[in-house]
Amino acid sequence: MTDVVMPQMGESIVEGTLTKWLKKPGEHVERDEPLFEISTDKVDTEIPSPAAGTLSEVLVDEGKTVGIHTIVARIEDGGNGAAPQAKAAAPAPPAKTAAPPQQRSAPPPTPAPQAAAPAPPLPRVEEVPLAPAAEPAGPLSPLVRRMAREHNIDLSRVAGTGAGGRITKQDVEAYLAQAPAPSAVPAAPVAQAPPPPAVRPAPPPLPPLTPAVQAKARIEPMSTMRMKIAEHMVMSVRTSPHVTTVHRVDMTKVAKMRERYKADVQSRYGFSLTYLPFITRAAVAALRQYPLLNASLDGNNIIYHNEINIGIAVALENGLIVPVVRGADEKNVLGLQHSIVDLATRARSRQLKPEEVQGGTFSITNFGSFGSVLGTPIINQPQVAILGVGTVDKMPVVIDDAIAIRSMSYLSLAFDHRLIDGALADQFMTRLKQVLQDWSEDVL
Amino acid sequence: MRSCQLRELGRVDYGTALDLQQQLVAERKEDSIPDQLLLLEHPHVITMGRNGHLQNLLANDDVLRRAGISFYPTDRGGDITYHGPGQLVGYPIVDLREWKRDVGAYVRGVEQAIIDTLADFGISAGRIPKLTGVWVGERKIAAIGVHISRWVTSHGFALNVTTDLSYFQYIVPCGLTKPVTSMAQLGTRTDLTEVSRSLAAHFGRVFDCEMLLEAPALAAPIK
Repeated sequence: MTDVVMPQMGESIVEGTLTKWLKKPGEHVERDEPLFEISTDKVDTEIPSPAAGTLSEVLVDEGKTVGIHTIVARIEDGGNGAAPQAKAAAPAPPAKTAAPPQQRSAPPPTPAPQAAAPAPPLPRVEEVPLAPAAEPAGPLSPLVRRMAREHNIDLSRVAGTGAGGRITKQDVEAYLAQAPAPSAVPAAPVAQAPPPPAVRPAPPPLPPLTPAVQAKARIEPMSTMRMKIAEHMVMSVRTSPHVTTVHRVDMTKVAKMRERYKADVQSRYGFSLTYLPFITRAAVAALRQYPLLNASLDGNNIIYHNEINIGIAVALENGLIVPVVRGADEKNVLGLQHSIVDLATRARSRQLKPEEVQGGTFSITNFGSFGSVLGTPIINQPQVAILGVGTVDKMPVVIDDAIAIRSMSYLSLAFDHRLIDGALADQFMTRLKQVLQDWSEDVL
Repeated sequence: MRSCQLRELGRVDYGTALDLQQQLVAERKEDSIPDQLLLLEHPHVITMGRNGHLQNLLANDDVLRRAGISFYPTDRGGDITYHGPGQLVGYPIVDLREWKRDVGAYVRGVEQAIIDTLADFGISAGRIPKLTGVWVGERKIAAIGVHISRWVTSHGFALNVTTDLSYFQYIVPCGLTKPVTSMAQLGTRTDLTEVSRSLAAHFGRVFDCEMLLEAPALAAPIK
């Protein structure tokens, strides 16, 4: 026999209202299965059963408010002699002694390790004493257990990949995916159109339709990120008349500088030195000279930003994001590279903070890293220009009537023609090109 | 430091948000995701907590339908409430075992994050003993209703930013006959995006976690 007590849900909480019994007297309850609900101060809490067995006595009616640790029900153990002693520890002093609160209030931390999936009739769960599971599965989450129940899976046959070999939702899904589904006949898309709002009535076996024709398409909703990207792109193209200008830049000096310091930077700082920080640095110099490219439009006002915050487009698995290098004008090549690596890494592992994608005043997108020679990017609103970086390739170039081999790259600038005219855009690009071609600043 | 994923979802149908919450709660219990803070707004909807009283719904189905308001009974704490455009709704999905196993402290924490947010906008708000929520004087500006299962929270709070307060005429909010207010009514010119950002920051501070952006916007307005 196990006593069920009103748990303590926090230091300041001395009583709770029992709002609903989720089981009726005489009903079987599994350990950790929600047994009743309580309400305290606008918080409703489901309380799981401390033991498996039959709910033999309900001592507190729905709607009654009782003090914490009050016994609210008793559970007759599931006819299995092993459990009671182990559990009897719990009900000991229902007095208001300072028992460690978590012992009472916490839903038991180790969900009962559970043997084979319950058979359809009276599910008799083997209750093992509280000791850690000898079961290969480790502790099972309620979700996993529910899935096992619903799909009638023997969990001992599922390989766990979670911490300590525990079985996760994904493991069950993987198991289900490989096991042939018992009967579910995938209905033709038309047939499943109106999902019944009610709690699913057992679907009558569908008469097999004509031998399934291979579906012509698959429909899935966009992710939130995809929707935001889509919305932004359309908005940007609608807002700004885009014009793109392309300049061919001799990157030979930068390439040499990069070659010289690459190994050193790698060994000292643990990241590789790319062309991007050089180009960013050159862009900063050009933005300083032509601040209109670092501005934004607000109605009929031009906002000149005093900070130069450069957004760097980062490709993600299913989308992209433009984290911002703040105060880019205060950083040298090494500092820029460091920031770029840090932001890109955290963008990919979804560790960016909200403020790190805000406040950009100009953006750079490096599609050259994917092999593109030249692109015409879309402006990242509310900015007014974006620089696209193509691959850096060795090419034959005519210099003073001689043919030389040079590292060349096409840099494109897409700009908002509402604010920026072609002449200004090309002055900006000329300045940027000049910094790159005559690169002199040391890296270390 | 623990981390908390921030999901700014825009306008989401109540039922859709409920499904998402349930899914995230299950994943949180599995420990396959960190804590979550969902920030969004709902189309017009009236919801009733498990302990709600139908007499606090002052309009019949027909009136609600004509006003374009849907109705949902839910499993959160608290009585009846209204959600709609201009109201910042927050659904924190937090495993309290990793913070404090204290339901009372949790609710006070949510209140604190809202109070601090309002302070950012020059509004001095506070608590009224025994009346959960956030108040400006005798007027309620934010409602709270929480559900907890295995120490994982769901549902949360609703802060009136530019809410059209006339919709509250259909209910007795939380069963209390006290007036409601909004940031706009108090003279603050702002929008949900601004308030969300401030709230996320204060939430992180109060609950001692690092807020991470889940599905980031490409660029946000420069202020």
